[in-house]
Order: sequence, then structure tokens, then C-alpha cells
Amino acid sequence: MRTKLVSIIARSVGSVLLVVMLLASVAQAQRVTSPETLIRNATVLTITHGTLQNTDVLLRDGKIAAIGQNLKASANARVIDGTGKYVMPGIIDCHSHSMLDTINEGTLSVTSMVRTADVLNVTDPDLYRELAGGVTTLNLLHGSANPIGGLNTVVKIKYGRPASEFIFPGAMPGIKFALGENVKQSSRPNTPGVPRRYPNTRMGVEETIRDAFVRARDYKRAWDEYRANAGKDKNLLPPRRDLQPEPLVEVLEGKRYVHAHCYVASEILMLLNLADEFGFKIRTLQHVLEGYKVAKEIAAHGAGASIFADSWGYKIEAYDAIPYNAAILTRAGVVVSMNSDSDERARRLNIEAAKAMHWGDLTEEQALRLVTINPAIQLGIQDRVGSIEVGKDADVAIWNGHPFSVYSRVDTTFIDGTVFFDRQQDLARRPDLLKERATLEQAEPNKPPAQGQSPQSPRRRRPSREDDTIEGEQP
Amino acid sequence: MNVLSKLARLTFAIVVFAGLVAAQQIGNPTTQEGVIPPRGVFAIRNARIVTVSGADIENGTVVIRDGKIEAVGAAVNVPSGAQTIDGRGLSVYPGMIDAGTNMGLVEVPQGANGTVDLAETGDLNPNAKAIIAVNPHSAHIAVTRVEGITNTVTAPEGGLISGQAALINLLGTSSKEMAVVPNAALVINYPRVTGGGGGFGGFQQQPANLAETLEANAREVERIRKLLRDAEAYGRAQDAYAKDRSLPRPDQNVVLESLVPYVRGEQPVIFRAEREAEIRGAIRFAEEMKLKPIILGGNDAWKVASLLKEKNVPVILTGVFTLPQREDDFYDTLYENPAKLQQAGVRFCISTGDPGAEVRNLPLYAGMAAAYGLSKADALKSVTLYPAQIMNVADRLGSIDVGKMANLVVTDGDLLEIRTHIRYLFIDGRPVVLTSRHTELNDAFKNRR
Repeated sequence: MRTKLVSIIARSVGSVLLVVMLLASVAQAQRVTSPETLIRNATVLTITHGTLQNTDVLLRDGKIAAIGQNLKASANARVIDGTGKYVMPGIIDCHSHSMLDTINEGTLSVTSMVRTADVLNVTDPDLYRELAGGVTTLNLLHGSANPIGGLNTVVKIKYGRPASEFIFPGAMPGIKFALGENVKQSSRPNTPGVPRRYPNTRMGVEETIRDAFVRARDYKRAWDEYRANAGKDKNLLPPRRDLQPEPLVEVLEGKRYVHAHCYVASEILMLLNLADEFGFKIRTLQHVLEGYKVAKEIAAHGAGASIFADSWGYKIEAYDAIPYNAAILTRAGVVVSMNSDSDERARRLNIEAAKAMHWGDLTEEQALRLVTINPAIQLGIQDRVGSIEVGKDADVAIWNGHPFSVYSRVDTTFIDGTVFFDRQQDLARRPDLLKERATLEQAEPNKPPAQGQSPQSPRRRRPSREDDTIEGEQP
Repeated sequence: MNVLSKLARLTFAIVVFAGLVAAQQIGNPTTQEGVIPPRGVFAIRNARIVTVSGADIENGTVVIRDGKIEAVGAAVNVPSGAQTIDGRGLSVYPGMIDAGTNMGLVEVPQGANGTVDLAETGDLNPNAKAIIAVNPHSAHIAVTRVEGITNTVTAPEGGLISGQAALINLLGTSSKEMAVVPNAALVINYPRVTGGGGGFGGFQQQPANLAETLEANAREVERIRKLLRDAEAYGRAQDAYAKDRSLPRPDQNVVLESLVPYVRGEQPVIFRAEREAEIRGAIRFAEEMKLKPIILGGNDAWKVASLLKEKNVPVILTGVFTLPQREDDFYDTLYENPAKLQQAGVRFCISTGDPGAEVRNLPLYAGMAAAYGLSKADALKSVTLYPAQIMNVADRLGSIDVGKMANLVVTDGDLLEIRTHIRYLFIDGRPVVLTSRHTELNDAFKNRR
């Protein structure tokens, strides 16, 4: 009995010790996750301060700690020889639907009460594929099924971490608007007995947004009056909370950015005029394929443009799209970014940016801005990311050649100083992964059925090209 | 493009098109003032010539006469009367070829069904010929050629036997003027093992169970088999009757007749197949039926490389810019696919697989393959000489050699690089103005203030 008790105590002590050791190793691991890294002798594309040759970049405590020559790092810092390599800020994709388990709440014309932040799937493998293209930040937008859609989420691609760590701290909240063919459901066949959702025309789209803002303005007035008088009259009842107009009130107060999907010149002007009338700003016009036709009006309003490099012709409202859009808008003074709207295209936004040098002859610096500091400005995170400057977040990628060369690829991608993609590590892991796959295939539940072929491989959860380019793909 | 090069281009255009009306309308921009530019004698001098078939010529001359390459080399005399291009600082390449498009069969896929001539109704349409429906005035054609792509294989879609693909020059005001090989290949959609694979992906119904799917696929293959066997018999009957008119005259049948050159192995059959099982199935079927197969798609071709090599079956890879199909595929599985086929000795070429609008990105597909293991020289071949060889037109296209069709591109840099500009373009020996719907809309709006 006594010996038993002793052994129980001993075991308990042992367990406690084990737990303490485990906790210590976790703490160790956490310290190790943001190590110091010195990239030596690379070509540094700072974006805001030109291109620096033979330059060192020091990443420490998740920030860019120093940029210069012959930088000193502490003894345990990882040193990377950057000779012949290029360091570029992590690419920012201002229009993504990656890691969203659903894109569109399309049942109503106004769904400002839904949030993309509620449907984040951190296991989406396309996130890793985007990291391998040097992308570090995504603007996760609701789809384009309705004139006023849901709220966006800006994330850093911290693949392998919990969703809470993905959220970009301090990014301006935003909301998706949409105009045109997707919204009026022009490719949706009529079903007998089923009424079509309003709106059905670009006239109705304007009216829908106007109506929503009239209601939001009244809602704001009710709350403003309540707040002004609540101190004086203790019996005053607060207005009933309504989750639908709340985000629109934030838009009216300049606390929430509008990212508006649009295509043709007439609807672009419509939205800018409507926003001017209600006294708010459109932060970005998304896609804005005919933006080049109304560049001066976009510049006058102060809206940014987040566009495709050269997609065109996939539907009627895309038939006048031209690859000179970026150049014309940039020269008109508009802040322009190149986005993907596609898990596939997101992997090669460097190529998409370089296309603005091919079509329209932007300078290299102007073109580099399209996927770095410009989208950062559009999302209100330009003080944190989008360029290589001391004090900014250590979100950078090392490329094995100039990122505007089609022959280049990414070696390593850092977020907050931590490696989230490394090609050599990826290659080194492959034999083990193949072995694991082979083992799994031999497991009883995965064995091929009695006849013929092997079992199905896992299929994609959702289409890789999201709703904004092809309406028919809308979930 | 700088002012000087614009000026050079303009001067060249004026010289070549003197007497023709220069203005083009936005509504109909793809014809060259309603006529195709005339052939003549041209010489590109002092240029770097990337022949593709042989060594580069650092400082050479290419002479074009009456549509063909008459001479190429470092010590070539410029014929008297030739219109010349000063090629200093420029490079001459053969035009690029995309062997997996629907160019000219669809203008706007959504919301304008009247512009879509992609897929016939029914499953067995061997006599649906792309060359009949290809629209020479499609805006896609000029938009594509001004990027240095001079040729496409234009294939119909849909059903089990989609129809016949055409190999065209991206220049001409009629399909006859465009055709290089009007009926270049039969196109068969090899039945898919799973619902996914192509197009919009993702939302197909999960098949009830694998065994049922395989049975359904076998039935579909049997339908193709039966039609091809009928075509064989039809061909034999027609031949017998041609030799001996005393035999009963077999009725003419346009469907079977269109299949005869393919079932006899005289013309290639393109099988759309992405997954391993589909590719293996297509190869097996082609062998059984003694067809001359080409795989189109080929995302899993790297898994079947040794069989493709053994059976000498070429692949038109359309998936370089496709997301890997399985969630546990390595991130670069499809970027690396061309390099793996090259290492295994499989004949392949690179295609966008795009209907039309994005075919102009072809050089970037090849460039990406070079970023992931393919040599730059092979990347260039994969969009020039290799597709010409696979489509059996290497005697006419794909490299800069004497006697070949003068489909040439003059650039200010590496043909596959993003920032490179096309400076001059010849198709079928005709100098092509570098304008398109896109340059014209740009010109119309770029100076709006």
C-alpha cells in the first residue's frame, strides 16, 4: 500500500516534471519561431527607396531591423547568402477568396451583416502555394452576388497557425460592393414561378445601394440623437440594433473601406456620384475593367483601382477591357494594384505586375508598387507592410532572380520574420511525404476496390477561380 | 515602347502600306483595312537570329520572299529591291504556336451565346470542323498575334468525339486564307474517371460509386470504338468499290467518311485526358485501334512518362498555370511537368489550353516551365518547334530555316520574357501591323483629360 502510494507520488512528480519540460520546450519553440535572420549581399527592391545593390537586410523580432552594408547580426542569427538574389516585400493580393469556405451570401441584395471572418479555413493548401509565389497578405472579400455584400478580412498567410493569428492587426475594416452582370444575375435563367431577385438592371443596382444608405443614414441619426440625449433623459430607450445598416454607418463615418466590384464606365461613374452625394469614399474599385475610360473621374474621387493585368472578354462587360488599364489609371494619378481573384493567379502576381511594363510602359518602380505598397495603401496597412523599410514588418521574400523575370522563383518567404515557405525545406521534405502517402494508400480503408482503378484522390473543395470572373461559378 | 521604336514601326508601316488607308475602326479592328497585307521581298539585317532548330546567329540576316524564308545566315546578301528592317539590338524568332486552343470559335463565352461556336449537340460529331466556324474577324486573333503567336490549333469541344481541329495562321480575312492544315486532327474527349478535371471544376456531382463510373466510361469508349470500326469498314467498302465498279455502290456517309484518314492512322487523333487513368486509357485505346494519338491536357503526364516514351505518344501540356489537382500534390507539380517529360524523353509542347482571350500569355507558360527545371532552349522549343513537330508541320513552321513559311517575330529581347516587346511581325511572309482591339481602345482613351 505504502509502496504503491510512493509510486503514485513518484509518477505524479514525474508527470509534473514532464509537463514542465514540455512547457519549457514550447516556450523554446515560440522563441525560435521569430529568429534573427541576416540576408547578406542581395539586390533589395525597397519599393519606396529604389533598388539597392549588394545590400544586407536584417530581420529581428518580426521587424525589418536594419538595411545596409556589412550589417552585424547576433551570434545565433541565421545568415543567408543573398548573392545574386533579390529581396522583395511580401506581395499583397487586394482581391482574394482563398481560405473562405463560402464566398457569397447571395440570397438578399444587401448582406452587410455577414462576415468573411466567420468562414476562414486555415487548412486550405492554396495558401501554401501562394506563399511559394512570394505572397504574404490577402484581402479576403465576400463575392459579387449582390450590390452590397459582406465584410472583408485582411490576413497574413500564417499557414499552419490558428485562424486568430492570420488576422492582420490594425487593417482597416472593409465591405464588398458589387455592380453589373453578377449582381443583376444576367446569366441566370428564369425559373417559372420563381420571381427574380431585385435588382435586375444597373438602374436597380443604383437604387438598391441608394436605398441602403438612406436607411443607414436614418439609423445613424436615430443613434446619434439617442447618444446626444441619453444623459439628459434616463427613460430614453435606445434604438433597436440592426446588424445590416451598422457597417454602412461605419462607411458614412469613414471607419470602413468600400471595395466595389465593377466593370463598365457607366456603373463606375454611378457609384462615384452616389458616394459623393452621401459623403463617403470608395476605397477601391475592384476589377474596374473600363476604368481607363473614366480615369480622371476616378482620380478626382480619390478611389483606388485594384485590377487584373490582362483578363478580358470572358463576358460582355469584360469585352472592352484592355491591358493598358494599369498604365492609364496610374498616369491619371490613381493608386493601382494588381490582384488575383483566383487561387491560381495569386501564385504569380509578380508576373501580373510586370505586365504593366509590357503593356503601357510603366517604369519598373511603378510596376513593383502594383503588388506591394499600392495594395497596402488600399487596405490601410502601408505603415506595416508593402515596402522594405526599417521598422516595418519582416514580410519579405527572397527570389532567385528578378521577380519580374518569368524565369525566377521564390526561395524563401518570411512573415513577421518567420519562414513560412522555403523551397529547400520543401524539397527536403518530399521523400518523407511520398513515403507517408504510400503508407496511407496501403491502409485498409484506402485499398483499391475489388475491380480496376485506385480510389479517388481528394477533390478540390471549391473552384479555384472564384465568382468575380465567371458568374456561372458562383456557389 | 519608346518613341524611337514607335517611329520605326510607324515608318515601316508607312513604307509597307503606302497607298492603303491607315485608319482602323474599333468595331472591326482585326482585318487589315479589309485586305491582308501583301507579300514581297523583305530582309531583316544585323539581328540576332534565334533559329531554334540550330545555333543562334548573333549578327545575321533573314530574307523573306513570297511568303517563305529564302535565306538565313551571317553572310547573306540582301536582294536588290528588298524592303529592309534594321535589326540592330533586335532578335528574330519563329512565331509561337499554341496547339490547344479554341481560337476563333468563341468571342464572348458568357452572355453572348450567339458568338459561341464551340461544341455541337450530341456526342459523336467527327465531321464538325473547326475551320468552318473559325471567325477570322474575332478580336482575339489580332490581340494574340501582336504578342508573337502566329499559329494556333483551334479545336472544337464537347461530347465524346468533338470534331476536327484546324491549324491556322492568325492572319487572314477568310478561313481559307488562314488555314495551314484545315483538318489537322480528330478531337476525342477520353471519358473521365472522376467528375473533375477540366473547365470550372469543383461542383460536379460525385459519381454514385467508382464501379458504376467505370462501367459508364467503358460504355462510352465502346460507342467511340464502334463508330471508328464502322469508319474502317466504310473506308474498305469505298476502296473496294473504287477498284471494282461491279460491286454494289456503298452509300456515302459524311460522318464515317470524315473519320477514314484518322482510323487509317494517316492523321493524328487528339485525346483530351488529364488524369493518369485517362491518359493510360487513351493510349491503350489508340493502340488497339491503331490510331496516331496525341494527349491534350496531360496534367498527370509526369506520372505516365515512361509509358508515353515507350509508345512515343506526344503531349500538348495545357496545365502549367493550373493549380495542382490533388491537395497533397507538391506546389510545383504542374510547373515541373514539362521538365519531367523532357527528362524522360517524352515528346511534348506547351499550350495555354485557353479558348482565345488568354492565348497571348503562351510565352509565360513556357517561361514558368523554365523557372522550374526546363532549359530555356527547350522552353522556347516547347512553343515553336515542338508543337510544329507534334502537329506534323515542322516542314513549314516552328523554326527559322530556308524554305519554311515566313512566320517570324522580331523582338527587343528574350521572346519568353514578360517585359519584351514585339517590334515586327510576319505571318505567311506578310508584314503585320501591330494593332489590335486593345491598342486601338488604348489609343482612343489614353489621352482623355
